[in-house]
Amino acid sequence: MELDRNMLLYLYRTMTTIRHFEERGIPETGQRGMSGSVHSSAGQEAVPTGICAHLTNEDYIGSTHRGHGHCIAKGVDPKLMMAELFGRVTGPNKGKGGSMHIADMSKGMLGTNGVVAASVPLAVGAALTSKLRRLGRVAVAFFGDGGANQGVLHECMNLASVWKLPVIFCCENNGYAESTPVEYALSTARVADRAAGYDMPGVHVDGMDVFDVFEAAGQAVQRARAGEGPSLLECRTYRYYGHTVFDNPLSYRTQEEQDYWRGRDPLLLFRERVAPGGLVSIDELDFMDLEAQELMEDAIRFADESPLPALEEIYEDVYVDYPLDLMRRGINLEV
Amino acid sequence: MAVKSVIEAVREAMREEMRRDERVFVMGEDVGWRGGVFLATQGFIEEFGEARVIDTPLAEASIMGIALGASFRGLHPIAEVEFADFVWPTVNQLIGEAARVCYGTDGKLNAPMTIRIPYGGGIRGGLYHSQSVEAYFFHTPGLKVVAPATPYDAKGLLKASIRDNNPVVFLEHKKTYRLVRGEVPEDDYVLPIGRAEVKRAGSSITLVSYGLMLHYCLEAAEQLAAEGVAQVEVVDLRTLRPLDTATVLESVKKTGKLLIVHEDNITGGVGSEIAALAADAAFDYLDAPITRLCGPDVPTMPFAQTLEDAYMPNTHKIAEALRTLAAY
Repeated sequence: MELDRNMLLYLYRTMTTIRHFEERGIPETGQRGMSGSVHSSAGQEAVPTGICAHLTNEDYIGSTHRGHGHCIAKGVDPKLMMAELFGRVTGPNKGKGGSMHIADMSKGMLGTNGVVAASVPLAVGAALTSKLRRLGRVAVAFFGDGGANQGVLHECMNLASVWKLPVIFCCENNGYAESTPVEYALSTARVADRAAGYDMPGVHVDGMDVFDVFEAAGQAVQRARAGEGPSLLECRTYRYYGHTVFDNPLSYRTQEEQDYWRGRDPLLLFRERVAPGGLVSIDELDFMDLEAQELMEDAIRFADESPLPALEEIYEDVYVDYPLDLMRRGINLEV
Repeated sequence: MAVKSVIEAVREAMREEMRRDERVFVMGEDVGWRGGVFLATQGFIEEFGEARVIDTPLAEASIMGIALGASFRGLHPIAEVEFADFVWPTVNQLIGEAARVCYGTDGKLNAPMTIRIPYGGGIRGGLYHSQSVEAYFFHTPGLKVVAPATPYDAKGLLKASIRDNNPVVFLEHKKTYRLVRGEVPEDDYVLPIGRAEVKRAGSSITLVSYGLMLHYCLEAAEQLAAEGVAQVEVVDLRTLRPLDTATVLESVKKTGKLLIVHEDNITGGVGSEIAALAADAAFDYLDAPITRLCGPDVPTMPFAQTLEDAYMPNTHKIAEALRTLAAY
């Protein structure tokens, strides 16, 4: 596959931005007592990058609890995301959402989501809107190998196929549903095998290889845009860290396995694949790493300088409209 | 007597019941080789094997429905929901099926199952790991709802729940898991479901609560005693359904004042029912308006720390409410 120089630069910049966000930002949340449950997508950068490269701001994605990469690949500003992770009012959700509720409608980002596969029907609903109103937009429903076993995903794959909706079901198979190995929980050899049951194409790709993802995603997006219906795309990938920051992955997987996958690092693979072609130089890639590093320092500074929400904001946006005095009834917010 | 944490008490209760009765088994996400997300079942799969400590996919509706089906004839499942916020896919199985099965079959079927649900906030968990869910199940006839606050009660009531022949929603406040420690006997003991307990005797105000908030209530009661303002009687509901109306009413009739504290949203919460009960059955004894201190009416726990702190009732807020009542 021939990609032009701009696309190559775009793919690498997106991946290194995601990597730096996860590696630099997540530990900072703990420093500020905001660790909560934060899920790193380090190792999985090639998947959202290769897929969202085919999308515009008008297209939609539904994301997961491990969704920082989806946000960045869809164009959400990492500075604003950092503010959200720190619970600051400058975040896309004014600090009320946190890591698992980052939504940015200006980018078609329907939200990260704390419940496995819960965002799948939301993305399918967005695809329905696109079809009914003839908007020409596609939707990507991201879920993990854990989400692959939720009932709602299967209901959605069936209906999306029946209605020929412009949706791509993207399974980021990172090998573990929390601590449960995919081999234990999955009835088929591959998640992609299940596409047959819903009469849609099912493709399994190397989720560590952004070019592999990019190519398969291109076909699925094209099919969706052409009104030919949904596809299931399984990207085999790996998360470098535990399920959350509190989780020790070595309690359920081996060091050897981790080393193997780190040896297939998506940024490393990109460098190996691209360097001989001469379209972009290693120096340029190094420079983008540095830019991403600086961007994170800016983002952390920006987040730290942003205020925390004032107490009264707890009642903001519960409804579009509602009598505030009724909502406040009986409550004294002062700590 | 050994001092243990709430999570240790929960683990001990399940282990003892599984040793006592081979019909008891656990199923849920990560309960096996991982030992549970909060390590409630740590060491279980090694002791009881994969047939009785069953790892499931992340698919809550089937966890609950399959546990329910298994309970109809001969088994006593303990189904774990990792976080209360993940209980919603199971609601049809719980409210639509489990709660109705005995009634709908004229008693031919019953569901001796226990549903363990870690709930509650104050842990910086944000929207998907902090919710209080008790009101939904409290509202549902056919379910029993237990919400202990101490390690002693957690162990005795979990054992009772496992032995109960009805579906029991067993709510464990996740912030108490390691924070709250207390004496727990080594020997086999079972506490009756449906009995509240006066955790602190007093004469001037009745303070009703459960779960994590019970501990803040006890602290606030001590503060008021130290200030010489009031002797507060603290009632720990321990079980929400069936509600121990007798213990609550006896206390209210003695003190004439009632404050109810819970973390769950104020509207339609457990406190609403307690308030209605007192207004109905202790009206002549009341010397002050029935007062509630609860979580605000927002749909979930906001993530930002300022907003989570504003959401959570705490010792200071409870003491303030008690002072107001004392002065009434």
